[in-house]
Amino acid sequence: MFNRSAIVNVRSIGHHTVNGLWRLGYASRFFGLILLQSGTSFRRLRLIIRELYFTGVLSLIIVLVSGLFVGMVLGLQGYQTLQTYGSESALGVLVALSLVRELGPVVSALLFASRAGSAMTAEIGLMKATEQLSAMEMMAVDPIARVVAPRFWAGVISMPLLAAMFSAMGVFGGYLVGVVLIGVDEGSFWSQMQNAVDFREDIVNGVIKSFVFGVAVTWIALFEGYDAPPTAEGVSGATTRTVVTSSLAILGLDFVLTAFMFRGV
Amino acid sequence: MLDLWVGLFVCAGIGALLVLALKVGNMSGVSVADTYKVYAEFDNVGGLKPRAPVKSAGVVVGRVADVSFNNQSFRARVTLNLDKRYQFPQDSSASILTAGLLGEQYIGMDGGGDEHMLKDGDRLAITQSAVVLEKIIGQFLYGKAAETGKEKAK
Repeated sequence: MFNRSAIVNVRSIGHHTVNGLWRLGYASRFFGLILLQSGTSFRRLRLIIRELYFTGVLSLIIVLVSGLFVGMVLGLQGYQTLQTYGSESALGVLVALSLVRELGPVVSALLFASRAGSAMTAEIGLMKATEQLSAMEMMAVDPIARVVAPRFWAGVISMPLLAAMFSAMGVFGGYLVGVVLIGVDEGSFWSQMQNAVDFREDIVNGVIKSFVFGVAVTWIALFEGYDAPPTAEGVSGATTRTVVTSSLAILGLDFVLTAFMFRGV
Repeated sequence: MLDLWVGLFVCAGIGALLVLALKVGNMSGVSVADTYKVYAEFDNVGGLKPRAPVKSAGVVVGRVADVSFNNQSFRARVTLNLDKRYQFPQDSSASILTAGLLGEQYIGMDGGGDEHMLKDGDRLAITQSAVVLEKIIGQFLYGKAAETGKEKAK
């Protein structure tokens, strides 16, 4: 009745489903362990500060420069479109709202995933491959408390800050192109922006988004590193998976969060 | 050295948030100032939304706090937060206007001649509802039809 390849296919579907569920369960347990072991890293703040330097400060350049250029492109494109309706003065609103609500959190999280998340995965994966994590356990040092939790909190803290800087830089870029270069009226640029952007509705929601993205990206990156097969190939595969999975997670979560936050009411 | 950079990073991040809140958002606007509440009932509010500006002579003097439905009078009940710096006579009127042809709706306040000023919790008696485009078109068409009917009768 059934040929052999069909049976193999069905079996592989089942295998992948069970494997995925197993990994999801392990990842959730891992997340719980991180939260449980966070006390140590807050008592030893130097660990978090060191990681903040590597995840936050070193991602600063790419986030700031991309923010500036995204804002400048928004200024140019927005002007082109708004001009057809004779409402160039709404350029500030367009730039600020799209940055604060969507582009700021999402693009900076994507950059963060590829800049800092991949580095985290590779670092922890290599630590595991070279048995540094096992060595820590031998010395009765919990690798989750010593290595993983500080990286997690550093990522969670730096993500909203980076997103805020991205948005601020983008608004400045939009101002540069719109007002300085093209010559949109400066007064209406700022005043319409200030009328349209609400602190609670737009800015706080953007910060909440970037906080959620920070948790998701660092969680995925740390788990992939911790779970990586201890070989060169395994670590490289885990690094790729980190970038792919966290980018998809960011975009998916963004849709869910947007559906909750901005229902046009 | 590490601490210095991290400190700078955190300061820059918080600074960016402050810039967003103060320069991009409207934290520095009227919403922070002391306000008093005034109510007004309209037959139709059109597309008026909370946080729409309340203007008098074109100057923003407050914001719409809430739009709700009064089930006793079957009219829309609008709560206005007016800036304490601006006082209006008790017989002032409120009308719902539109900024530009397709713009947002806002409330225009016209001062009256009463000696007593509006207090917190007062109700504006004279109101003018939003203009509903369909009704105007309907009236116009009705008027046209009546005119042509008269002409034919002649």
